[in-house]
Amino acid sequence: MTSSGPPPIIAFRGVTKTFESGYVALHGVDFAIAAERFVALVGPSGCGKSTILSLAAGLDRPSDGTVSVRGTPVDGITDGVGFLFQRDALLPWKTVRDNVLLPLQLRGAGSADARRRAAEWIGRVGLRGFEASFPHQLSGGMRKRAALAQTLVYDPEILLMDEPFSALDVQTRNLMEAELLGLWQGSRKTVIFVTHDLEEAIALADEVLVMTAGPGRIKSRYDVPLPRPRDFEQVRFDPRFTELYSKMWNDLRDEVLESYARANAAG
Amino acid sequence: MREQTRPVSAWLVFGTQLALTVGFLVAWELGVRWHAADPKYGIDPFFFSSPSQIAATIVTWWQHGYVINDVLVTMWETVLGLVIGGLIGIVLGIVLASNRFLGAVFEPLLVLLNSIPRVTLVPLFILWFGFSLMSKVVSAIVLVLFVVFFATYAGIKDVDPTLIASARVLGAKRIDVVRHVLFPSALTWIFASLRSAVGFALIGAVVAEYFGASAGVGYRIQYSEAQLNTGGVFGGLAILMVLVTVVDTFIRFVQRRLIVWKPAD
Repeated sequence: MTSSGPPPIIAFRGVTKTFESGYVALHGVDFAIAAERFVALVGPSGCGKSTILSLAAGLDRPSDGTVSVRGTPVDGITDGVGFLFQRDALLPWKTVRDNVLLPLQLRGAGSADARRRAAEWIGRVGLRGFEASFPHQLSGGMRKRAALAQTLVYDPEILLMDEPFSALDVQTRNLMEAELLGLWQGSRKTVIFVTHDLEEAIALADEVLVMTAGPGRIKSRYDVPLPRPRDFEQVRFDPRFTELYSKMWNDLRDEVLESYARANAAG
Repeated sequence: MREQTRPVSAWLVFGTQLALTVGFLVAWELGVRWHAADPKYGIDPFFFSSPSQIAATIVTWWQHGYVINDVLVTMWETVLGLVIGGLIGIVLGIVLASNRFLGAVFEPLLVLLNSIPRVTLVPLFILWFGFSLMSKVVSAIVLVLFVVFFATYAGIKDVDPTLIASARVLGAKRIDVVRHVLFPSALTWIFASLRSAVGFALIGAVVAEYFGASAGVGYRIQYSEAQLNTGGVFGGLAILMVLVTVVDTFIRFVQRRLIVWKPAD
């Protein structure tokens, strides 16, 4: 299953997750991710993509199998992990500055140093001048930037992203994707990026894992042979991009149809 | 359903309210005067007093220093009941909402206790704590506690689970989650319940005074009643009305300034 190379930073072995309701979200998930890779996880809705991230972060436990990070089974919240949620997760009663400061405070950073680092990251995501704003005063894109700063400010080694840009309009979304790549490049961070958008997956990732309809398994795995740094505007017109897209779509189509049929039957 | 809803003029509303109040008082006063001229008609002041009599009573009380003293006594009981009952309610709400077992055990019990008409307990409080300040404060506490408890409990249960998950990943321990996520979220609900909590504290204090006290607005009403002094009863009620209006206006003013992060909708 694992390719030769450096030992994986994240490994799922025979992971099954059954919820209290009896719903089986994952069944026998096996995969390993090498350090510093940008991996996209695609699959139809309800295939358990988000569950994989929760398990990797230590927010939830597998019902069966093991999830290990840096060779150790996950127990409690995983160290050095950042999580960007699909929904807004900024604390609405804290200003942008206090939201970005929060992880540093929780980690007991000295206040002068913490303030300097928070200010630096607020600047890097383009929110200078909005330090004293509350989340509800910002646009959706700006809230995502603030959330990005809140996550990157404590320099996590692993970034888990759960369709973070899916609520944004297309233009803002493309802008944010390009900025994310810019911030990630050279940061030596490992990323798992969950999406149901194949284009987004290919444009961003080194490697794409395609999942089956729920209960989710890994159906196939693709390397993205596009060179970096990528020109985000142009990469979609690369012939390798379109070739990969049609291969992956072949894999995904059956799963999407199945998940759609099930949703209709259930609804 | 009209096509257009024009905003109602605030001045028109206020003017109408003022006219209705003045009209009511004038009719009352005239009814009493008519009765004085011909006892077969009008309003008997023995039962209903009259606006002029009530005003005279309040002026007399004022001259004796009763009004200020009664209001201060009642306010002090109210504030103590509000603060103590509020704190108990907040702590109970946080504990029961963040611990599933304790919540499952005690939340239904509190719902049950809340169904007791508190006024029936006041004689017990007086039996236990005497005519002292304590019986009034306890009476206010048992009303305030529940309002604040249910608001805190709902506020914490209402927290978006994503916020808790996010805080945990950011490094929050259990106590940090309470401090940074659960408590601030509940705070909006607590502030929203503040107006009714203040009202309940005042009711608790006044009712307990009514049952047995040596000062306070409730005592003044009860004392007048015992003297068959209807003017005194209405005078006490008038003072209570003014007090509630002033306090309520103040609370609304504070409320608007407390929650700065809420979108103005």
